[in-house]
Amino acid sequence: MSEDETAQGEAGPRPSPTDWATDFDHTHDDYAAAAPEIWDDLRGRCPVAHTDRFGGAWLPTRHEDVSAIAHDTTHFTSNSVIVSDFRPSTPAPVGFAPPITSDPPFHDFARRLLLPAFSPKAIRPLEESTRILCRSLIDALLAEAAGPDGGPEGAVVDVATAYTQHIPVGVIAHMLGVPPEDGDRFRLFIHRILEKPGQNGPTDTEDTMIFYLIQVIEDHKANPRDDLIGYLLNLEVDGKQLSDDHIIGTVALLLIAGIDTTWSAIGASIWHLAQHPEHRQRLVDDPAVMPFAVEEMLRAYAPVTMARIVAEDVEIGGRQLVKDDWVLLPFPAANRDPEFFDRADEVVLDREKNRHSAFGLGIHRCLGSNLARMELRVALEEWMARVPDFELASADPSAVRWSTGQVRGPRALPLRLLRTATPSPVAVAS
Amino acid sequence: MRIAYDRSACQGHNRCYLLAPELFDVDDEGFAILLVEGDVPTELEDKARLAADNCPEYAITLEG
Repeated sequence: MSEDETAQGEAGPRPSPTDWATDFDHTHDDYAAAAPEIWDDLRGRCPVAHTDRFGGAWLPTRHEDVSAIAHDTTHFTSNSVIVSDFRPSTPAPVGFAPPITSDPPFHDFARRLLLPAFSPKAIRPLEESTRILCRSLIDALLAEAAGPDGGPEGAVVDVATAYTQHIPVGVIAHMLGVPPEDGDRFRLFIHRILEKPGQNGPTDTEDTMIFYLIQVIEDHKANPRDDLIGYLLNLEVDGKQLSDDHIIGTVALLLIAGIDTTWSAIGASIWHLAQHPEHRQRLVDDPAVMPFAVEEMLRAYAPVTMARIVAEDVEIGGRQLVKDDWVLLPFPAANRDPEFFDRADEVVLDREKNRHSAFGLGIHRCLGSNLARMELRVALEEWMARVPDFELASADPSAVRWSTGQVRGPRALPLRLLRTATPSPVAVAS
Repeated sequence: MRIAYDRSACQGHNRCYLLAPELFDVDDEGFAILLVEGDVPTELEDKARLAADNCPEYAITLEG
């Protein structure tokens, strides 16, 4: 998480990296287009890559190294988890957006405030409204899609903007108690923070996420309600309420962490299915495989790369990491390490042994993992029920645009709808 | 077959609870609770293996 949203970084494209082993740049469009191939290449010849960009950063690609760093809170701090040209200015162990930017011992305090709201049993009641949201989005896009015969068959639809992007926005807005109509604003804030951190040029103060959240929280204070922000405002720990800074940082975290990430996982899964008719058929024929398929999609297309800063000099994979260096934690690269997974580069829909780390490892395991997993499963179930057959609209890979930065997923995903099914008249199952 | 669950390694990924709810429950903070004491019923051995094989933190091991 970064507090440098308004920092005036360089605008415009950076030079292409010459060698990913010595000059990588995960915010570059070239990385977005080919990240899995870059990880595979690096794992083979330079498993802990380095760049002088961002003031010095490392990129490990083996599961063993990523896991070691994620579990080591002594040599690595979470004080900032988004690598940019700027170093964090909010002191450890709290950081800007607790608990993701927090270190022990404060981390445990901040995390335990939130864990009950995201446990599997707390998330289960949200499934029904998520399913209704997915159905209404599909209804709307099918009603607008006009193929050669006037119906949706044969029509081309950008599923990233017509379907997948709206699901996490609707779910998290509901949880936090903010208007889902503000979705375009959230996505703009998040885009600036995640995709080209510190490279967006000047931004008006009133056009920042922090300014927006201050207004949202003031509104919740004036009009108390029963949602996650209301819960945070009412919390008392040892007779004291949480500070406004803590609440703003945590709400910023929930908004940023809950939207592009899940959008990416749903989109990447649909992108995969568009190219694999045998996997579409398997999901239609054997719905019991879906929970395994969801975990396999999370393994193969894990969206999130986290980051740390070196707190004490340490050796990782034979390289000497020095205090204040950035370190990326590419969980998606760890998930494709053939030393750790059989058939690592292949999607095995019913994979039975799958210790993937899509949600991270160690004390910072994604707080929202149960929410994200539910959204992904419901989004895929509803999509497959209504659009059982579809394909990429273009054979040109560049027609699909992948996000840059530490959250990877399709931001443009034009599909051709080949066959649609009538909506199930059955009531929403829970 | 017996299950050993290491609470200190568990980070609340909840994979065991999803795969084997007969063997694992989950507490209010999302950490696993092992439901069986002693031998795993034979018909649940496959589920115990699934839970162990999918724990990202190696918090579940099988004995015997």
